[in-house]
Order: sequence, then structure tokens, then C-alpha cells
Amino acid sequence: MSVGEYIRNSQIWKSVFRHPAPTDRRNRVVVMLTNFFLHLHPVSIKQQGIALSYTWCMGGITFFLFLVEAITGVLLMFYYRPTLEWAFYDIQALRDVQTLGIMREIHRWGAHAMVITVWLHMYRVFLTGSYKPPREFNWVIGVLLLVLTLLLSFTGYLLPWDQLAIWAITVGSNMAKATPFLGVEGPGFQVFNTSGYELITNASDAKFLLLGGRFVGEATLNRFYILHCVAIPIVVSGLTAIHFWRIRKDGGISQPL
Amino acid sequence: MLNAHPDLTSSVLIGLGWYYLLLFLMNFVWTIRSYREDGEYANGLPRATGWATYSSILMMMSAYHFTYPPEGFLISLPEAFKAPFDRYFSNPVLYFFLTIVGLWALIALREWWTKPKVSFVLLNASLLFMGLSLTDFDFRQIVGKPDNVPIVAMLFILAFCTWISFRRAVDNDRRIAEGRPLFEQEDNEKVLVWPDLVYTELICMVVLTAVLIFWGIALKAPLEEPGSSVKTPNPSKAPWYFLGLQEMLVYFDPWLAGVVLPSIILGGLMAVPYIDFNKLGNGYYTFKQRSFAITTFLFGFLPLWVALIVLGTFLRGPNWNFFGIYEYWDVHKVEAANNINLSEFFWNGLGKGLPKGSGLNTILLREAPGILLILGYFMVLPPILGISVLRTYFVRMGVLRFLVFSNLILWMAILPIKMLLRWAFSLKYIVGIPEWFFNI
Repeated sequence: MSVGEYIRNSQIWKSVFRHPAPTDRRNRVVVMLTNFFLHLHPVSIKQQGIALSYTWCMGGITFFLFLVEAITGVLLMFYYRPTLEWAFYDIQALRDVQTLGIMREIHRWGAHAMVITVWLHMYRVFLTGSYKPPREFNWVIGVLLLVLTLLLSFTGYLLPWDQLAIWAITVGSNMAKATPFLGVEGPGFQVFNTSGYELITNASDAKFLLLGGRFVGEATLNRFYILHCVAIPIVVSGLTAIHFWRIRKDGGISQPL
Repeated sequence: MLNAHPDLTSSVLIGLGWYYLLLFLMNFVWTIRSYREDGEYANGLPRATGWATYSSILMMMSAYHFTYPPEGFLISLPEAFKAPFDRYFSNPVLYFFLTIVGLWALIALREWWTKPKVSFVLLNASLLFMGLSLTDFDFRQIVGKPDNVPIVAMLFILAFCTWISFRRAVDNDRRIAEGRPLFEQEDNEKVLVWPDLVYTELICMVVLTAVLIFWGIALKAPLEEPGSSVKTPNPSKAPWYFLGLQEMLVYFDPWLAGVVLPSIILGGLMAVPYIDFNKLGNGYYTFKQRSFAITTFLFGFLPLWVALIVLGTFLRGPNWNFFGIYEYWDVHKVEAANNINLSEFFWNGLGKGLPKGSGLNTILLREAPGILLILGYFMVLPPILGISVLRTYFVRMGVLRFLVFSNLILWMAILPIKMLLRWAFSLKYIVGIPEWFFNI
């Protein structure tokens, strides 16, 4: 008995993997049904549904990049402190001094790549008409995931607290000031400011809500940090689960039922 | 004699050497393919000869870059090309029209440009153009910014994806015309996910991990000076994926460009499956069966989203002025902007002058032409479209669906319309009520 066989016949191995290696047809079916990670997939699938020239693999790559971002992000959270005093210098140290500081590079490039792969995924879904019945609602969830991906990237953009970061967020968040009815420079905010009450001021409008202050400052850093590391990822995880579940329930990624 | 290219440091040259080496390898593989498949000319010369020659030139260029000292370097774009290119071809108007022409060519010439040979020539042309442009200092400054590298990569990946989809669409349209089964219907047996899919996924993950690590080592993530709320950089740019929206700020006030239009884009995207009543084209590439849907989507995605991001990223410099790709980003560049409102056109045209005063009635009277125009555009135009050019859509969609659909199309069209009005008449606002922050 070889070592490999000994290990595969041990009680420990068998308690983890409840079936023999997927070398024959039966076990290749069973592995998909019994493994938690694999059970996201169906047992069998139409050949065109997995042809790279058809799918471009962009949805899968997006999900993989999300996982990469989660892992590198958690590692970065061990090091980075979201305060005005430390934010910039922690990132600088990651770049210049720290072992595994490359996590920051991977995190940033992965984020850019994820924005791009989401677009390309939607491009493919549109061009193959895969949003058509019965998958209409999954496309809607996909659009929400697009928004959240952009917001994840946007909130993360601030965290290095360098010139690039704070001014990009300043430019972006200045838009909030012009929100109709809810921003101090938006049309129609005056309707909330009648009869002596000033409901919409620069300390209570949409921009203030976004930044936690009148301008990009410590409160903004804290706010964006929580959004970036906790709030948005939770929502994304939930929506992703629904997105995948619906693909299965709708009979695959494409083509009518 | 003054060195004409003081900025061609040896590291740049070595980088370009690698670039041309890769280009050579790419064309070398293509030469082999061509030798095997393209046969010979009548005189017995292989058709691959041209590719072989081109590959050899690339190899020599690569060797030249690797060995030649920066002084007196020969391969670069001449000023005689760059200066006129920047002067005559670099302005937002021409840029926008070229993207529209590009979209038209993409669709109308799809049978031609998706041929492997044609597209390979186009790919080579764009890569060579980029390689030569990289010898220019200002071009390198902007394209080589770490955050911009992904955008350049995206453009090539996007072009590749567009190529695949159009090639498959052309193929399928031909199959439909000839009554043959679709490409997606051939060899479409069910296969087991293990091993067919899980191994693809595994390989994909390994490759991507390698790419990300390599990318992370080769290119440092940008980190500028510590943030300071006093020192405003010029230009101040939003993150790159929002630069299309920032570009819209040239034509619209923030409440439209930054809030309303993005919301409509997202709402419109979500509405797509509910307004596209076409049952055809579900689960395969086609163009003919969904020509309207695909053209509209491509119009929104390529010229109005991607091209505006490229414009905002690479071509907008200090004070959001337009700069050619070889042009130095001069902070003091001045562009005249004497834009006037529609109300001024109207009342001055009548010879009466603008109604003066800040009362509600005066403002409404002053802006009446613009307000009527906007109301007409969004409320009168849809029914007119519904009983004329878009009649078939109206009949098949029903009232509510059609109103949503036509309004989304009209919203999509307001950006190009406003651009045209700005360029043709220097129009600032159609409705201009700064008193209420209500400018359109």
C-alpha cells in the first residue's frame, strides 16, 4: 500500500471527503453533490455554457478577484490604521519597508481589474442576450453589484490618504452637494428650507452625509473605512450569493430554459 | 548639437526593447500560422513572406533598442508628425466624431474587420503606433502613470472581446441566413462539471494569481504626497472609472452630470430586460436579430462611456483643458470660453433684451423658450415618436413600457445633443436659472 493510498484510506481523510477520488463517472457526479465548495456548480453542464470563447470567463474572474480583494484586504487591515496620523505612513511603510507590502499592490490592481471584469462580464451578458427571460431579475442584481463594485473601489480610493486619494474623493463627493432637493447646491433644496426652518444646510445635506463632515477629513476616513471593509462587502456577499443561486435556478448562465 | 531626445533614458529603451521583442514573437507565431495555412503566390513565394519580413524588422528594432545608447537614437516619432497631430487632430469635437465614426465602422464593416488577417493588421498597427508614441516624453508621462496602465490594458482586452463577439455574431448571422444550426447549438452536449469546468476554473485562478503577483512586482501602486486639503492639484480628477461622468461636467452642471444622469444610466440598465421585448438572440451571439438593442448598447458603452473615460484620463490636463497625446500639460494653456444661454439667444434675437428682475414670473418668462423646449423634448417627442418612426415599438410595447423606453433613449441622447449645441453655437445652458441651481 502506497503512502497516498494509506492516507486516502485513513479515517481522517474519509471523514473529510465522503467518496473516492473523482476518477470515474459516478464519483465525478458525487463530488459535485457532496463538496460544499463545488455544490455551487451543477453536476453537468452544456458545453457552450463553459466555452471560454462564449463566456470570456469574466463573471468567474470577477468573483475570484473579489475573493483576492477580501483576502489581501483582511491582511492589510491587520497593518493599516485609518487615522489622519497614520493612514498615509502605514501605506508608505507597506510600500517601502514591510514584508508582504506587495499585498497593497495586489489589492489595488485587483480592484482596478475587478471594475474592468465587471464591465466585460456585463458586456458579454448583453451581447449574448443572456438577460432575457427568465434571467431579467438576475441582470438587475448584476447592475446592483456593478454599483457596489464601483462604490467599493471609490471608498477604497480614499484610504491611502495621499493627494491622489483625497482630491479624487473631493471631486467625486462634490457631486453629492448638487443632489436635487438634498444638496445645498442642488435644484429644489429650497422647498425644505421654507418657513424659517433650514433643513438642508452644508452641515446636513447629502454631501455631509457621505463625508461625515463639510469636507474630506478624519470622519470621512472612518466612514469610508467602515463602508469599504465591512458594510459594502457584506451586501456584496449577499447579493453575489443570490446572483449565483439564481443562475442555477434559471437553468445556467445563458439560453432559454 | 542638442540631443533631440534627452528623455529617452536607457531604461525606457530597454523597456521598449522588450516591447518589440514581444511584438516580434507575436508576429513570428503568426508567420508560422500564415506559412502553414496561406499557401503560396503564383511564383512559388510563400504568402507568409510579408509577415516574415515584418517580424524580422521588429526583431531588429528590438535588438537596436537593447543595444543602442540613448544619444542619437533613431527610432522615434518625428516632430513633423507630432506637432500637426496635436494641433489639428486633438480637440474634443474631432475626438467625439471619430468615436462615432468608429462605432459606425465597427457595425457596418463587421464582416471585414473581424477577419483574422484584417484584425491582426489592425492590432499590429495600434501596437506599433503605441510603441512609437512611447518614445515621446509627454505621451509616456500620461500613459505610463501606474493608475492608467489598467486602462490601456482594458482598451486592448475590450477590443479583443468586441472582436470575438462580432466574429461570432457574423458567423451566426450567416448560419441563420443559410438555415444552418447556430454555432452555440453545435457540440452542445452536456458534459460533467468535474473535470471540464473545475479544471478550467483552477487554471484560470492560478494564471490570474500569477498575473496579479507579477503586476504587483512590476508596477508599484501610486502613492503621492500626503493628503493636504490646502494644495489643490491641477487637474483634480475623480477615480478613473468616473472620468466619463467628470467629462460630462463640461456640458452639464453637477446635479445632472453627477447625480441625475448616473442614476438614469443605472435605472436604464436595470430596465433593459423589461423593455427589450425581442425574444430572439437569447443565449447566442448575433447582430442582425438584435441590431437595434446592440447598436444602442454599444453607443452607450463605447463612445459615451469608455471613450469619455479615455478622454478624461489621457486627454484632459490642467484646468480640464484638452491636450493632444504628445502635448505638454501646460498649466497656463488658455482656452476661450464665451458660452451663452439659450435665453440670451432668444431674447436678444427678438431684439428685446433679457427680461430683468428676480421675481418668479420674470425668471419663468426669461427661461420660457428653454423650458418649453425641454418639456417638448421629454413629453411631446415620445408620443410623436410612438406614432411615427418608432410605431412598431409602440405597438409591441404598450404605453407604459414605451414611455419608459423612449424617455431612456432621449436621456441617452441629451449628452451628444448638448455637445453638438455647445460646439456649434457655444450654447451654455438651455434653461439657465442659477438662482435655483437649476441649469440644464
